[in-house]
Amino acid sequence: MEEYKKIKTPLSDEDVLSLKAGDAVLISGVIYTARDAAHKKLIEEYEKTGKLPIDLKGQVIYYVGPSPAKPGKVIGSAGPTTSIRMDPYTPKVIELGVKGTIGKGQRTEPVKEAMKKYKAVYFATVGGAAALAAQKIKSVKVVAYEDLGPEAIRELIVEDFPAIVAVDAYGNDLYVEGVKKFAKA
Amino acid sequence: MKIVKYEDVVQRVRDACIYATHNLKPDVVEVLKRARETEESEIGKKVFDQILENVEVAKREDLPLCQDTGFSVFFVEMGQDVKIEGGSIRDAIVEGVRKGYTEGYLRKSIVEDPLRRKNTGDNTPPVIHFDVVPGDTLRIVFEPKGGGSENMSALKILLPGEGKEGVKKFVVESVKKAGANPCPPIVVGVGIGGTFEYCAFLAKKATVREVGKRNPDPFYAELEEELLEEINKLGIGPQGFGGKWTALDVHIEVYPCHITSLPVAVNIQCHADRREEIVF
Repeated sequence: MEEYKKIKTPLSDEDVLSLKAGDAVLISGVIYTARDAAHKKLIEEYEKTGKLPIDLKGQVIYYVGPSPAKPGKVIGSAGPTTSIRMDPYTPKVIELGVKGTIGKGQRTEPVKEAMKKYKAVYFATVGGAAALAAQKIKSVKVVAYEDLGPEAIRELIVEDFPAIVAVDAYGNDLYVEGVKKFAKA
Repeated sequence: MKIVKYEDVVQRVRDACIYATHNLKPDVVEVLKRARETEESEIGKKVFDQILENVEVAKREDLPLCQDTGFSVFFVEMGQDVKIEGGSIRDAIVEGVRKGYTEGYLRKSIVEDPLRRKNTGDNTPPVIHFDVVPGDTLRIVFEPKGGGSENMSALKILLPGEGKEGVKKFVVESVKKAGANPCPPIVVGVGIGGTFEYCAFLAKKATVREVGKRNPDPFYAELEEELLEEINKLGIGPQGFGGKWTALDVHIEVYPCHITSLPVAVNIQCHADRREEIVF
């Protein structure tokens, strides 16, 4: 069985280029949460002011809407949500410096093109394995758009967060190639 | 006449909401373990390992299996000799959901209006399907239905002449189109027959059947197996990364239909195939 590759955030171009679709990784360091509403706000703010509330250079964004934290816990269950909802905004956040996104499900062509052009990688994590994901999250802090409530941008510190490289910076897509390999029809 | 107390329904619905979102049914765990053993993809095996580890972690750490604790769907079979004392059955279920989702720290995923989209804050209202049956038993089946898989549903009214092959083609194409989005390996609920809305109901009802249990009619039992085989030839695999196991099972529910039509509906359930039955 293949090993898990350990990676640390923020990611450099070199880090990104060393990853290939199908690689299993364990991510450690800071990652940021953002869903549809936060993406929309980020881009609107940038277009209006030319500034961002957080520095996106080299950062990784996780598409997640956790269940509420129980007393004494850092976070509730925190698995990925469907990435395609973020696709209208993703090329722009990649252009602004984001090096990795984490979610589930296929991405559209403009996202894959932006990943190739600006060197970024898309990680998929197992949808539904949300209690397991929560164990890998060590701290949570709201860093922007508190008014969005559960959709505010949060800074998570993760340790050995498991994911699979689904689309790499070379344009390889596990969702396409993996299925082709196993299709019998 | 059997008397069931309103408060007892509230309490047991509350408990079911919490239990079902934290614990996977033994039949699902069993089939996941068996699938893990025969999965051909290395990445697919890793996915199964994480899914199975998640079941253990959820139990140990008292966390929901998935953060999407779903739309609360209920199938209620109410014996005509049952009387609810102290309130209505509908109010009792709604109250049970409210308590379960707030006291159980479950995610509130319901917006009060589809276009204006303000969250109701307590996961109410549920969707409740009522049926009145003979006898004095009250049977409530709860299914917390996640959004990712629900969004991949499909319904088509085929021409009667398209027959069994037409149904197979539509089901397999719907699963193919859904790809990675419904969190495979999935359970595929298929409704065949009835009217437009009843066919969709049948497909949903098919998803709450125990995994591995076949339709009692041998004709449809065989069709379930044929469909499972066809779907698992697609190669979508665990999480859509490619592999042998795209679906864990296919369940078909049927109903008589009009001479001019052949409705077929597909409702997909993710691998976190959560449900709980309450019987009074």
